[in-house]
Amino acid sequence: MASSHNKDEKIIYVGDSRVPQKNHESVPRDYMAYPGKSEVFIPNFLLKEWMVASVFMVGFLVLILVDPAPLGEIADPTNAQFIPMPDWYFLFLYQMLKYPYLANKFVVFGTIVIPTIAFGALTLAPFLDTGKERRFYKRPISTGLMLLSIAAIIFLTNVSWMHYEEELEAKGLKPEKHATGGGKKKEEKMGVMAKDHPGFAVFKKATCVSCHGADMKGMSAAGIPALLGVGDKLDQAAIMNIIKNGSENKKMSAQYDSNINNGITPDEMNQLAEWLSKQKKTP
Amino acid sequence: MKSVYSWMDERLDITPLWRDIADHEVPEHVNPAHHFSAFVYCFGGLTFFVTVIQILSGMFLTMYYVPDIINAHSSVDYLQNKVAFGDIVRGMHHWGASLVIVMMFLHTLRVFFTGSYKAPREMNWVIGMLIFMVMLGLGFTGYLLPWDNKAYFATKVGIQIAETAPVIGAYIKEFLQGGPVVGAQTLTRFFAIHVFFLPAVMLALLGGHFFMIRKQGISGPL
Repeated sequence: MASSHNKDEKIIYVGDSRVPQKNHESVPRDYMAYPGKSEVFIPNFLLKEWMVASVFMVGFLVLILVDPAPLGEIADPTNAQFIPMPDWYFLFLYQMLKYPYLANKFVVFGTIVIPTIAFGALTLAPFLDTGKERRFYKRPISTGLMLLSIAAIIFLTNVSWMHYEEELEAKGLKPEKHATGGGKKKEEKMGVMAKDHPGFAVFKKATCVSCHGADMKGMSAAGIPALLGVGDKLDQAAIMNIIKNGSENKKMSAQYDSNINNGITPDEMNQLAEWLSKQKKTP
Repeated sequence: MKSVYSWMDERLDITPLWRDIADHEVPEHVNPAHHFSAFVYCFGGLTFFVTVIQILSGMFLTMYYVPDIINAHSSVDYLQNKVAFGDIVRGMHHWGASLVIVMMFLHTLRVFFTGSYKAPREMNWVIGMLIFMVMLGLGFTGYLLPWDNKAYFATKVGIQIAETAPVIGAYIKEFLQGGPVVGAQTLTRFFAIHVFFLPAVMLALLGGHFFMIRKQGISGPL
């Protein structure tokens, strides 16, 4: 290909002021410093290099197939339960703002001063580190600062993620990953089961409905779980335990006594728990 | 084929264009076929590879995506669950957004530790850092577009953080948010920034980046 270009084909611009005669100075210097082993970019180098891209692409597609892109519930500004989290590569900046001298009164240090110094220094690195030496082990200051920054970024990202997981656990939440799509389909299938069971009638007059709702869908924004499908997770005894003693995360208080005081008999409470344990996705 | 090419070349002199790209020599010390450890020199090329994937998958995503607060979430849901290969295309764009940051970070570290940013390549390092920031901007604006809770609250907090900047904070907030709350205005703004403004800036910077690499060549072996 490269040799197919002969001089006869070349156009010669006569009297054209726009295009100067080629002086071939822009042709890149050849790599005489590396005799014998350098090769031309197209096609020799690319014919090998595409393999790197292929290996990369295979790994990338495996990742995509194994872990589909998440999509949570539609944004609900009134949701007070949701824990805001930026994408992972912003976490170290986000975490920094949680330290006392970088937050509140001093927040400007955390949001402006430190990031500006860090990114500014990195951007101006060629003008700060002007020595001729290129090997990193002969440039202890710049190498040291870089290693320190990397360690700090890894540390802050890690701490931030750990805090997030602790917070999720404390609130009894799960990250919304595939809430819609897959989730919606399940919900459509999942209706109130065993409607002729006496427990259903008890449910409608018990205190359950005030929070979990007559449709048993709960209120996800306030952290109240749906009761649809509760039988898949809990058996009758476990449900009764929650009614009597409240939920594990203390969001729901003990309801048994107030229902008895409202005139529901202990027998009916047992029927209620039994009916709830029958709320399964698949009967 | 050859005659068509000659006809074009006679009139436009296109040979030097591709010859300039094709004929430059790739030195041994950056070629993984010679030294396996030279794979660290692939990070820049792979960053560009992922960037191309991002541009292409993003173009396909805009065929279905609707940038308004009523339909954004359901349009993403639709393309994720109903459109043929929609989950793959969205998966590529979602994971590619993370990967491009990873590859760019590795590329930056390679350039840093090999001291390749030193004279005469200072300007290319600065352009590279600008590309880094544009990429972070693309990540930030793209994060809002699916309009789920995660997107909404991350953006809300992000804008609150930007607001703490002295003097200009309020203007940044106004510019990003487009209204008193994170809402319909914010979404269309972020969409425009994500799809038109930042990619245009990024392509210009990438052009500069590659032009300088060709002009200055790859830095020599250590």
